[in-house]
Amino acid sequence: MKVVIMGCGRVGAKLADLLDGDGHQVTILDTDDYSFRRLPATFNGTALLGDGTDEEVLKRAGIEEADAFVAVTQEDNRNVMAVQIAKHIFNVPRIVCRIYDPLRRELYNTLGIEAFSPTTIFAQMLKEKLES
Amino acid sequence: MYIIIVGGGKVGYYLSKALLDEGHEILVVEKDADRSEFICNELGSVCIRGDGCEAATLTEVGTGRADMFIAVTGDDEDNLVACQVAKHKFNVSRTIARINNPKNEAIFKKLGIDVTVSSTNIILENIEEEVPTHPLTHLLNIRDKGLEIVEVKIPPDSATAGKAIRELSLPPDSILSLIISKERKPQVPTANTVIQAEDQIIAVTPPEAEEALRAALRGA
Repeated sequence: MKVVIMGCGRVGAKLADLLDGDGHQVTILDTDDYSFRRLPATFNGTALLGDGTDEEVLKRAGIEEADAFVAVTQEDNRNVMAVQIAKHIFNVPRIVCRIYDPLRRELYNTLGIEAFSPTTIFAQMLKEKLES
Repeated sequence: MYIIIVGGGKVGYYLSKALLDEGHEILVVEKDADRSEFICNELGSVCIRGDGCEAATLTEVGTGRADMFIAVTGDDEDNLVACQVAKHKFNVSRTIARINNPKNEAIFKKLGIDVTVSSTNIILENIEEEVPTHPLTHLLNIRDKGLEIVEVKIPPDSATAGKAIRELSLPPDSILSLIISKERKPQVPTANTVIQAEDQIIAVTPPEAEEALRAALRGA
């Protein structure tokens, strides 16, 4: 499958590496090319400098043929805007994003956006560890 | 009207001032503590410090009873999310977002924002009006109808000067609504109206027919 990832932080770079390792075609975007240092030397995908909330950049990243789009930048609102562009403008079949703020995540889930809040997930995990 | 404004920068500040003068009840949500304090000192207690994209902040300021919600921060994505939260969580009927990148206008509309204001586009339109040689000037977009009101000036040496409107091959969806002559006399045009050099013609047209309209009126 063809996947476009927005944000080459630790999570983005790791996901890109994992998907690439499984033979998927990966393009990863970041606004700072220094972030691409996180990609391993074995990475076969494409690293593209640009803003994933910009339609032109998304087109260059091949969003029109993408099977999935993932937004994992540090900023919730940028992630939310980018996945909505991917879903509603480019009709990407599968979109996923990270939203740190649990309340915002809930709202966007009700609007049909698949979003995960690491805040909730990790807090829950820590609680379970401590109580076990 | 109760109006909530997200973003207390220059746009937010002067907008609040103007709306207060008009007698509206307003509340500004601003992230920065110093800026928030400045607005309270200048305009009275109309500003709270907080994130206008957070549901908790918006509950606190009574977004549920707001008649209008305006997001004017410098970041398009923040304005989008603030308006979406207001619309979908608090059912505010009128949401307005400031846009910095003109390309986002269509995207925001598609994502349910009622009104978008692009300062870049407004400045561009004003520049068009100020440049006298500009063949076609955008005066107004008719929201949600896909039409715009434009102005075309007939140059002194135009091939269409002296011709009646029925002789021109105007695009089918464009309508000439008003002709203002050099002597400043406005006239509602008919098929027999003869175009004069230096007339100003106000027309309603879909954006795609703009180029054909300009060509038909200016004769080139």
